[in-house]
Amino acid sequence: MELSRRDLLAAFLGAPFAALACREKPLALPPGELAGASDTIGHRLRGGAFPQPSRWETREVVIAGGGVAGLSAAWRLANAGMRDVLLFELEPALGGTSRSSASFPWGAHYVVAPSPENRVLMRLLDEMGVMENGVPAEQFLCRDPEERLFYRGRWYEGLYLNAGATHEDLRQLRAFETEIARWGAWRDAKGRRAFDIPVAHSSDDAEVTALDRISMREWMDARGFTSPRLRWLVEYATRDDYGALLGDTSAWAGVFYFAAREQRPVITWPEGNGRLVAHLARFAVSKTPWLVANITPTADGVDVIAIRDDEAVGIHAKRVIFAGPQFVARHVIPSRETSNDFTYGSWMVANLAIRERPESTGFPLAWDNVLYDSPSLGYVVSTHQRGIDRGPTVLTYYYALCGSDLRRERERLLSAGRDAWAEVALADLSRAHPELRSLTDRVDVMRWGHAMVRPRPNFVWSDARRRAAEPHRGIHFANTDLSGIALFEEALYHGVRAAEEVLGERGGASWL
Amino acid sequence: MNRTPILFLNVLVIAACGLIYELLAGTVASYVLGDSVTQFSLIIGLYLSALGVGAWLSRFLDRDLAAKFVDVELAVALIGGLSAPMLFLGFARLEWFQLFLYAVVFTIGVLVGLELPILMRILKEHLDFKELVSRVLSFDYLGSLFAAVLFPMFLVPRLGLVRTSIVFGLLNAAVGLYGTWLLRPLLRGVMVLRIRAVFVVLVLLVALWQADLLTSLSEDELYADEIVYSSSSPYQRILVTNNAAGFQLFLNGNLQFSSADEYRYHEALVHPAMSAARTAKRVLILGGGDGLALREVLKYRDVEQVTLVDLDPAMTALSSRFVPLARLNAHSFRDPRVRVVNEDAMIWIERIRERFDVAIVDFPDPGSFSLGKLYSTRFYRLLRARLAPGAAVAVQCTSPLYARQSYWCIVRTMEAAGLHVRPYQTTVPSFGVWGFSLARVEPFDAPSRVSVPVRFLDDATLAAMFVFPRDMQPVPVEINRLDNQVLVRYYEDEWRKWS
Repeated sequence: MELSRRDLLAAFLGAPFAALACREKPLALPPGELAGASDTIGHRLRGGAFPQPSRWETREVVIAGGGVAGLSAAWRLANAGMRDVLLFELEPALGGTSRSSASFPWGAHYVVAPSPENRVLMRLLDEMGVMENGVPAEQFLCRDPEERLFYRGRWYEGLYLNAGATHEDLRQLRAFETEIARWGAWRDAKGRRAFDIPVAHSSDDAEVTALDRISMREWMDARGFTSPRLRWLVEYATRDDYGALLGDTSAWAGVFYFAAREQRPVITWPEGNGRLVAHLARFAVSKTPWLVANITPTADGVDVIAIRDDEAVGIHAKRVIFAGPQFVARHVIPSRETSNDFTYGSWMVANLAIRERPESTGFPLAWDNVLYDSPSLGYVVSTHQRGIDRGPTVLTYYYALCGSDLRRERERLLSAGRDAWAEVALADLSRAHPELRSLTDRVDVMRWGHAMVRPRPNFVWSDARRRAAEPHRGIHFANTDLSGIALFEEALYHGVRAAEEVLGERGGASWL
Repeated sequence: MNRTPILFLNVLVIAACGLIYELLAGTVASYVLGDSVTQFSLIIGLYLSALGVGAWLSRFLDRDLAAKFVDVELAVALIGGLSAPMLFLGFARLEWFQLFLYAVVFTIGVLVGLELPILMRILKEHLDFKELVSRVLSFDYLGSLFAAVLFPMFLVPRLGLVRTSIVFGLLNAAVGLYGTWLLRPLLRGVMVLRIRAVFVVLVLLVALWQADLLTSLSEDELYADEIVYSSSSPYQRILVTNNAAGFQLFLNGNLQFSSADEYRYHEALVHPAMSAARTAKRVLILGGGDGLALREVLKYRDVEQVTLVDLDPAMTALSSRFVPLARLNAHSFRDPRVRVVNEDAMIWIERIRERFDVAIVDFPDPGSFSLGKLYSTRFYRLLRARLAPGAAVAVQCTSPLYARQSYWCIVRTMEAAGLHVRPYQTTVPSFGVWGFSLARVEPFDAPSRVSVPVRFLDDATLAAMFVFPRDMQPVPVEINRLDNQVLVRYYEDEWRKWS
């Protein structure tokens, strides 16, 4: 069904805005493509029927999935001297949701500067030359100005809307910050922090995990955090990191967002986390686009069947690291019982190639540019970190479909094609940059049907999550969803953890 | 019906307009090309000869003299009225500006030269020859006197060149339009002429309204002196003003130099570093698209190569083509030792691998985040990596008096990047007290003498620059990093008090 422009904008940006935006006839849509998470290939798994392999080979380890978890596992294995490792990735490009083009991201685009206890990330960044005397070098930290917010015709610095804030608003902001600081300083009997990255380092003390049983909305309500701008700020965080509204986010995850990162700076690259992917990929022998269709444990190992078009290859592996998400594991590993508790939100990412920077009223262009009255998450500027402040650039526009009904949201995502999503992105950003459409040469769109796991209440600290990470007859599991939240750091942790399970004694001292 | 007295009033206006266009062209030419004696003399000569050509051509006009008169009026109104904006725009865009200038002057001259002969032939029906010549010529000279007095006393200071030009174009057009009534009995196709006249008036009115795009009224009010050049490049608004003391360059409304005292600034910026460096064969100038620091550098015989990196090609082009500026920078851009790179210095310095004996850093003040990055530890580290052994660096650091935190922030940031820094300051009347810093990778002594001819620096002045009075002594500041940009915030806070 073809939506009218007004229906389209009403569906994705809200009816009042659609009415406003449709008063003027817009310019023609710039060209572009639908870059794909290959949902059609993935959906072959559901059908069950796939070609049988005509040939079989043997491998020590097969890694299924070339996202950050799978690549991290390959990195760890290669470092332990294990050579006979093969990685399959269903997409043409490696990186999963950290994928990027050469100069702009398609998904995840930063990591928070690690605390020294996050040894594995420290090691990776050190290996990449990011660290300098134990801290990230200046050029890798997000260049100031980092964030700005558009509200009623004007840009303001930062993400909290200070302009027009009442005493009560500011009192609540301070009270919120105090609460976060309290959790930041909290330590359990073993000296662990309440909220730490990776999640595995966080305390499992009942006082903290109790937060997982309520939603972030309930947590805010209980503390009298009623200020609309404070709630906006916190919900922006849950939308941005979890693709979920306050009511659908566990309070544990909500507080985690603020307390775990302590005010540490963020590390970013023009192509986002694609830089990290490129480094890790150097250690992997990979085949793309190959879909791992079946993984079956046998008496002396694990059999893997991978397919590409009508071609199939079988591998007798000693061990397998399954580095995909749990909703895929269900189809690929029939012998294993997979939990239904893992749920995933949908995202749309649009990359707008523009000729010239749009004008701004108020605070100047920052790295992250957010619109207060928008269901989107705003855009990041790919040339910001390269220090190029003029001329052409690419704006990466993020839109998380945050509704509670995940299936409906996924249908909504897929109901709109390249043109419709490009129209949504341009119409949304044009309220802050009226001339944007005329500056835009190209809009490419990526629809992520299962972009990231949602930390719903009662999930992060559930048995289901913990059990999903346990090995199953020679198959080891690695994915960010095993942490209950989608972060590069979590995927890295699980990839290395799974690799070390495979390595056992051979791995030497743990990197974790 | 005797309308001749009103026709003589027309002669007065026509004469005034003609002289105004001549004066405008002469003024624009002397502003943008310099050397007012030559320019005025050339323009006057050319204009007078064009008048003669016009008068001679008038003999070929036989029929419909009244209609021809109106048409000539309208043509003068259009070309003369738009002459000043055309010349300013032309200078900013055209390679062969001088040719264009003389063509415009000549065309106006020819058209004005046609006016009086045609008018006299129309009037000869009503007056005898003696009377005609006497009246027309006396009104003509009276009009010129009127214009000549008005131009410098009222028009240039109050209206500016562009608006003066358009206003007199409108007067010319009014004469033409009024002529369609005055000469009604002699005219055929009056309506067509009137439509044409109204069209010209409309064009000029639009031009008057659009004149703001060229030099806005607000800008004219902002700048005390006449704006003689303005253009907007993708990077900045470049503007040159002129007064009795010389001319001034503004970038985005900030004074970059005044020709009256820039030598103090540029000598202070360049010579300490040239003296402190072990050798000065390969010199780097970052910013400084005006070519004035370049002029000082090129005074040294042993300089083999100078690389000047300035973001804006419009700025470096202006410095070599805008004659007063080219003269001020001693035509430095023509020196074969000079290589110009139009690129963002941060991006450029990340990429290059060569090394330099001296680096002169002359960026605009850190008033925005995109300039603030050029004063960060990251930038100074990159610069340090491009220094040859024994190299010296000089950095313009804004005013240690008006922006004390900003000044010391730059000094401390350079130190944090591993440089040994010697802060110094001097007075540039146009700016007030101004600060610089001199740095090397290893500890060093402040230089004690300058070995090339200079106007300002002697040994005692050089030594005194490194002394800081009490009100400019160091204050505690944070280091300016890419990820905090504290300098931009210091700078905004401090200069807000003074503006």
